[in-house]
Amino acid sequence: MMLEMNTRRALQSHIATPRFETPFHPRIAALSETSDWYTWAGYKAPHSVFDEELEYFAIRSTAALFDISPMVKYRIAGPDAERYLNRLTVRNVAKLGTGRVHYTAWCDDHGHVLDDGTLFRLAPDTFRLCCQERHLPWLLDSAIGFDVEIEEETMQIAGLALQGPTSFAVLCKAGFDGIERLKPFQLADFAHDGGTVTISRTGFTGDLGYELFVPAEAALSLWDRLWAAGQLHGIRAIGYAALNRARIEAGFIVANADFMTAETTLRADRARMPDEIGLDWLVDAEKPNFNGRKAILEARRNQTLKHVLVGLEIEGNIPADGAIVYHRKKHEAGLVSAAIWSPLAKRNIAIASLTRPYGTRLNEDLWVEIYALRELQYQKMMKRARIVPRPFIKLDRRAASPPAQF
Amino acid sequence: MTSSDLARTTDFHAADFDAIVIGGGHNGLTAATLLAQNGRRVVVLEAAANTGGAMRGFEFHPGYRSAGLAHIVNRLDPEVAKLLKLDTSTASGKPLPTVALSPNGKHAVLRGAYGETIDGISPAEAKAFAAMRKKLMFQAGILKRFLKRRPPEIGNVAMRDLGAFAGAGLSLITKGREEGRDFLRMLLMNAADVADEYLSDDRLKGLVAFDATLGIHLGPRSPTSLLGFYYRLTGETDGKTGAQYIPQGGMNTLAPAFEDAATAAGVSVRTGVYVTRITADRGTATGVILGTGEQLNAPVIISAIHPQATFLKLCDTAELGTGFVRAVGNIRSKGNVAKLDLALDRQPAFTGVSPDDHHGRMVIARSIAHVENAFNPAKYGEFSPDPVMEITLPSLANSALAPSGGATLSALVEFAPYDLKGGWANGKAAFEKIILETLELYAPGLSKSIIASNLMTPADMETHYHLPGGHWHHGELQADQLLVNRPVNAAAGYTTPLSGLYLASAGSHPGGGISGLPGLLAARDILSERP
Amino acid sequence: MKKYDVVMIGGGHNGLVAACYLQRAGLDVLVLEKNDWVGGAATSRELTPGFLYSNCSYVCSLFRPEIMRDLELPKHGLQVIAYEGGAVFTRDGDYIASYRDHDSHRREFARYSKRDAEAYDRYARDVTRRCRFIQPLLMRTAPDPFSFKPRDISELLYLGKKFGEFSAHDMAQTLRFWTMSISDFLDEYFETDVIKAYLALSGIIGTALGPMSPGTAYVLLHHYMGEVDGSVGAWGYARGGMGAVTQALASSFQASGGTIRTGADVARVMTRSGRATGVVLADGEEVRGNLVVSNADVKRTFLKLVEEDALPETFVHRVKHFKMRGSSGKLNIALDSLPEFPALPKNSSCIRGDLHFTDSMERMERAYDDWKGGRYSADPFVDMVIPTTLDPTMAPPGKHFMSCFVQYCPPQLEGRDWTDADRDAFADTVVSQIADYSPGFRDRILHMEVRTPREIEAEVGLTEGNIFQGELTFDQLLFNRPVPGYAQYRTPVPGLYLCGSSTHPGGGVMGAPGRNAAAEILRDLKMKPAEMSPAHDVI
Repeated sequence: MMLEMNTRRALQSHIATPRFETPFHPRIAALSETSDWYTWAGYKAPHSVFDEELEYFAIRSTAALFDISPMVKYRIAGPDAERYLNRLTVRNVAKLGTGRVHYTAWCDDHGHVLDDGTLFRLAPDTFRLCCQERHLPWLLDSAIGFDVEIEEETMQIAGLALQGPTSFAVLCKAGFDGIERLKPFQLADFAHDGGTVTISRTGFTGDLGYELFVPAEAALSLWDRLWAAGQLHGIRAIGYAALNRARIEAGFIVANADFMTAETTLRADRARMPDEIGLDWLVDAEKPNFNGRKAILEARRNQTLKHVLVGLEIEGNIPADGAIVYHRKKHEAGLVSAAIWSPLAKRNIAIASLTRPYGTRLNEDLWVEIYALRELQYQKMMKRARIVPRPFIKLDRRAASPPAQF
Repeated sequence: MTSSDLARTTDFHAADFDAIVIGGGHNGLTAATLLAQNGRRVVVLEAAANTGGAMRGFEFHPGYRSAGLAHIVNRLDPEVAKLLKLDTSTASGKPLPTVALSPNGKHAVLRGAYGETIDGISPAEAKAFAAMRKKLMFQAGILKRFLKRRPPEIGNVAMRDLGAFAGAGLSLITKGREEGRDFLRMLLMNAADVADEYLSDDRLKGLVAFDATLGIHLGPRSPTSLLGFYYRLTGETDGKTGAQYIPQGGMNTLAPAFEDAATAAGVSVRTGVYVTRITADRGTATGVILGTGEQLNAPVIISAIHPQATFLKLCDTAELGTGFVRAVGNIRSKGNVAKLDLALDRQPAFTGVSPDDHHGRMVIARSIAHVENAFNPAKYGEFSPDPVMEITLPSLANSALAPSGGATLSALVEFAPYDLKGGWANGKAAFEKIILETLELYAPGLSKSIIASNLMTPADMETHYHLPGGHWHHGELQADQLLVNRPVNAAAGYTTPLSGLYLASAGSHPGGGISGLPGLLAARDILSERP
Repeated sequence: MKKYDVVMIGGGHNGLVAACYLQRAGLDVLVLEKNDWVGGAATSRELTPGFLYSNCSYVCSLFRPEIMRDLELPKHGLQVIAYEGGAVFTRDGDYIASYRDHDSHRREFARYSKRDAEAYDRYARDVTRRCRFIQPLLMRTAPDPFSFKPRDISELLYLGKKFGEFSAHDMAQTLRFWTMSISDFLDEYFETDVIKAYLALSGIIGTALGPMSPGTAYVLLHHYMGEVDGSVGAWGYARGGMGAVTQALASSFQASGGTIRTGADVARVMTRSGRATGVVLADGEEVRGNLVVSNADVKRTFLKLVEEDALPETFVHRVKHFKMRGSSGKLNIALDSLPEFPALPKNSSCIRGDLHFTDSMERMERAYDDWKGGRYSADPFVDMVIPTTLDPTMAPPGKHFMSCFVQYCPPQLEGRDWTDADRDAFADTVVSQIADYSPGFRDRILHMEVRTPREIEAEVGLTEGNIFQGELTFDQLLFNRPVPGYAQYRTPVPGLYLCGSSTHPGGGVMGAPGRNAAAEILRDLKMKPAEMSPAHDVI
C-alpha cells in the first residue's frame, strides 16, 4: 500500500541525516573516546568506544553493553504464525516453546540460505525474528495462504546486549527480579519505566549474557538503569570490533562475512546451502515442508554439496583473515573468512569455507598462506592448519543456571 | 449397505485410482484417456455438471444454445484426434474460408488453409501474401517441432531435445543461410512490421494483426506479437497447416466426443464434484479432498485446470516454496476477449458475403491501426470503443442450436480487459451496444432480428468456466511465458515441485486452443516417468 | 590527388573512435564531416553567447573506459563527472528521489512503500546480474550463426559458455527478462506506481516503444551498462558538455597524424568493379581511399550514398525495412538563474541529477500511444538535467544550461512533415509541464533550441531522427544488427565498412561500434591493432 501524502512528506527530511542514530546514541556518544564510528544497516554504530582490546576483555571478565538496535526486527503474529514460520525457516518451530528463543536460518526454493537469525516466541501466536539483512518482500510473499501479520519494527524496538561474567549480577542489581530463573535461550518480560523490557538469555559472545529489547522511548532509561547498576561490576560500553573477537571465539558466523546471503549475491555460485555453512544441524527433515527442503535433501542424497564451513586452528599467532587454504601446500582448498588470535583459548583460530572434499574427506595436510603486511612488506608464511570443532571456547558460566554472581 | 458394498467403498477411498484428473476440459480428458488406454485406473473430477471445459455449451435463451467459448477448430492435434478417435471430418469437406470484412462490402476471402488462394485482392497483393505465407509457414514449421514435445530442459539438454534442435537446425540450413537468418531476425518481431514488410492491402494486414493478437494482451505493434501468428500457423486440421473447420454437427459435438473417448477407454468421469484441496505431505502430493469432504487418494494427481488455481487455491502454500508461489502469482493471465452469442429470428446476411462464405469465419479488423487502437485502451482497463472481432454462425453447422427458422451468431470480441475500470457490471451494457452497432454496419438489419443477446466478459468466463482471469490460454501466450517458462520454470514440462502432481492444462506447454497437446504431452510424461 | 588509406564518412563519436584506432595502427585516415564542426550527436555548441549546449546527447556513462584509455582522451581534455540521483515529481506535490547512498535510497522509497524499499535491492541485484552477462558482449563482434566459420563458431561457443555459467533457473530467468516489458518486469518487484514509473524510464529512452512493450526490459539494461570509473550503472556529465568527448577524440586523432575536413558533405561512395574506392563530395570533389568507412546510419549509407544496383536485393530490402523511427525530441534551454522546484527540500541534491514529471506507468504508456498515432505526446515524458549544477564551465556564472530530452516525438506528424509552428507547439507542451512544477520558469528562459526528429535528422544526419541509429528490438540486435549476415561491420561492398550505432552493440555514446569496426578492418588488412586494450574483465 502506498503511504498517505502527509505521512510521506513528513518523512522527506530523512535525507538530512543519512546515518540514523540509534535510541542509545546519546549515551554511547558521550562515552566515546575514540570517535570510531561505522555504518551498520544505515545507523551510526561504534566500531570501538574507548579501546578495542580492553573492550574485548570487558566481555570476558566483567560486563559489556553493546547496542544491537540496528538489527533488523520483524514482528510476526497471527493464528498461523507457527505454521508460517515452520514453512519459512529450516528449524522446527513447533518445538520452540513460548518464552524461548532459537537460532535458525531460512532458505530460498533452491535451498540457499537467505539469512540466519534468532527467533523469539513472545507468545503462542507472536514471534520476533532478528537478523542482519532486510527481508520484508520475502516474508510478505511467504505469507500468501497464511493468516499472519508481519511488521518490521527495527525503528520502534531498541536492543541492547549485556554480555560477560558479571552480566547476571548487573541485572540483579538493576532490580530485574526473577532474572535468576532465566535459562539459556529463555526470555521473559520485566517491568521497566512504566512498561516492559523483554530480556532473553542469549548473545553473540559464547559467554554468560543477555539481550534486552525495549520500546525506543524507554531506551535511555534502560541504559541508565543498567549503567548505574553496573558501576560496581565493571560495566563498559563496547563497539563491534570487540564483539567480533568474542563471536569468532564462540564460533558464530556472520551473514555476508562468513557466507553470502542468497538474495544479495551477484554471482550465482556464491550462494550456500545450510550444510555448506555449518548449519546442517538446524535442518529438520522430519517436520512439515519448508522452503528449500527438497533442494537440501536432494543435495544430501546426490552428494552435490560443494562447500563446507570449518573451524581451523593455525600454528603460530598471526591471524589468517582472508588467507587461502591449501591442501598439501599446493591444491587450493578454500578461504578463511574470519580469524584472530584468541586471547581466551591462546590459540590462533579461524573460520574457513572449504571446497569439498576438503574439509569432509580430505582433512589432513591443510595449510594456510598468510600474507602479513609489516612495514610495507608482506611477510609470507605457509602455516599448518588443523580442523577443530567450533566453538573454539566453551565457558561453563554461559550455561550455568542460575548463573553465578561473580 | 452390504458388506461387499462397504468393501468396495473402502477400497475406493483408500487408494484407489492410479491417477486423479482435476478438471474435465478437453486437456484433462485427453490426458485421462491416454493414461486409461495404457492400463491406468483414472478418474476425472469435473466441478460443472458437464465436461468439456471452455467447450461446454449452454442455453443462453430458451431454444438457443451457445456451443461454448470456442467456435471454430484450428489446431486440434492430429495425434490427439487419432488416439481419441475424434471425427475431424468437416461438413463441407474442405477448410472453412476466412472473410476479412471491409466496411464497403468488398471483402477479401481467404480460402484453403490460411489463404492458399484469396478472392477479392489484386494479383500483386496475392503474390505478396503468398510470399509471406510461405515464409511464415516455414518458420512456424520450425517452431512446431518444439510444440509437439515437452519443453527442452535448458542447461540439461537431453538427447531427445538435441534431436529436436538438430532437426530445427537442419531444416534451417537446408533451406539456405538466408532463410536461417530471416528466422532468427523475425522470430521476435511484431506482427505489424512483418505485415507491413510484405502486404499493402489493409484488409489482409488487419487480419494478420487480428489473428496474431487474438486472446493475447498485445497489440500488433508490440514486439514479439508475431509469435501469436506463428502459433496460429502451427495449428493443423485434417493434415492441412493453417486450416480451420467446424466439425460435422457443430462445435457442440466436440466436448461429448472427448468424454466418450475417455469413457470408452475406461476412465470414470464424475461431474458436479468440486476439488477443494490437493493434499500433500512434505513435497509429495497424496490425493484430493472434495467439496463433500470426501478424500480420494492416488499416486498421480493431474491438474488440468489453471496453474494459478492449482497452486494458489487447491494447494496449501505451506507445501510449496515461497519463490514458487511468487512465480505462480506473477503469471500474467488476464483475459481480453469477450464472447457474444446472439439469438436471431432469421439467418443474418453480411453485405457482400456469399451464402456459402457465411459458413466460415468473418473478421472485422479494418487495418493494423484498427487492431492497435482497439488494444490501447485495454492497457488501462478500458474496453475498445471500436472493437475488432471474429464472427461465426454456429447454427449453420448445427441447426439444433436454434429453433426452426432462427439462427445464432457467435463473436469473439477484443479488447475487453478482465479488470475493467469501474467494473463490468457498469461497463457491460455500453460495450455490448458498441459491438451490436458494429455488427449492424456489416449486416444491416441484424439488430432488428435479435431475440436475445448474451455477452460474456472475461469476468463472466471466470465465473462460468472457473477460468481465473477469464484467460482461455490459462496464462498469456507471450515469449516470456513459453517453453521452459510455461507456466513457470519450476513447473515447466508437466512435473511440479510437488512430486506426484502434474499439470495438463493450456497453462502448460504448448498453450491454449483446442489442441489437446498439453493433455497428451503430460500423459506421455507421466507414462515415461512412472512406467 | 592524394589517396588515403581510409576515408571516414562522418565525424561522430564512433567515426572518430574508429579513425583514431586506424590512424594509430599506422593507416592514413581522413575524416569527412558535413557540418562545420565534428561530433555528430555528441557536441557542445555555443548557440547563444556564453552557453554551451550539449544539444543532442547529454549524459555520458556508456562510453567505454577502455577506449578512453587507449586513445588517451583524458590527456586530450575529457573528464567525466558522476552525478547524483535525481527525482520524479508526483502530481500530489511530493517527489521520489534517487540517492546514491544505499540507506538513504531505501528510506526514500520507504516513504512510499516499505516493501518496495526492500524489494529494490533484489531488483538491483537481478538487473546487475543481467548486465554482467551482456557487458562482455559489447566489445566483441557478434558471431554469425550461419557462417560456419571457425571464428564464428568459437564466438557462438563463447556465448554458449557464458550462458552455461547460469544455473538452469537463472537461464530461464534470463530468457524471460530478454523478452519482457519493463512494466511487467517491474510488476514482479514493486507495488508502487510512481516507483515503477521512475525505474521504467531507462526502458524507454530513445526507443519507439512504450514501457508496456515486450523487449523494453532489455532496453533498460542497455542504459544500465554504463559506468563511471567502475561504478556500474552510474551516469555522469562530460565536463564542457558532450562535445568534450568528440573534441578529445578529434584532438587525439589529429595528434596521431589524422586529418579532419569539416564542411565536407559526402554525396556518394565511389566504386570500381564493385569495390569502394573513395567518395564524391556534394560539390563534386572526389576523395580517394583504399577503404571507406561509414559512420552514417545504415539507411543513409546504403539508400543514399551507395548505388542500389551495386547491392544484393535482399540486402536492400532489409535495409529499407530496418527500423529507425525517431521517437524523441530535445529542448536545450539557457536559463537566467537556477529554476526552483518548491516540492524539493532546500538545497536538495536532486537538482544535480535528472528530474522527471511522469509519475505513473499509464501516463508513460499513453505518451507512447500518441506517438503510435503519429502525434507528439500531449503529456510527454521529460528527462531534464541541468549539467551546470556540476559543471559551471557550460554557462556564465550564476546562469544555467538545461537539457530536456522528450518522449515521444514522431518523425512525421500524422503522415505529414513537421512545420515550425508544430515544433513551437511541441516545445510549449514541454515548457508548460516544467512550469507546472517550477513557478516562474518561463521568465528564466534566455534562449531555447527545440529539436524534433526533423531537426535532428537535418543537422546530425540521423535518419528519421532516431538517436540510436536504429531501434533496439530483438530483430535489430547482435547478429541481426543492422542486417543478418552483415553484422560484422563489413558490407556487401568490398572495401566499405560501417562503424556507427547502426551496428552492434548499438546506440548511446559508447564508442564500442567504432572500436569493434576498427578491429574488423585491421583484421581484414592483416594488421595488428596498436594499443587496443582488452575489454575490462567482469569478475
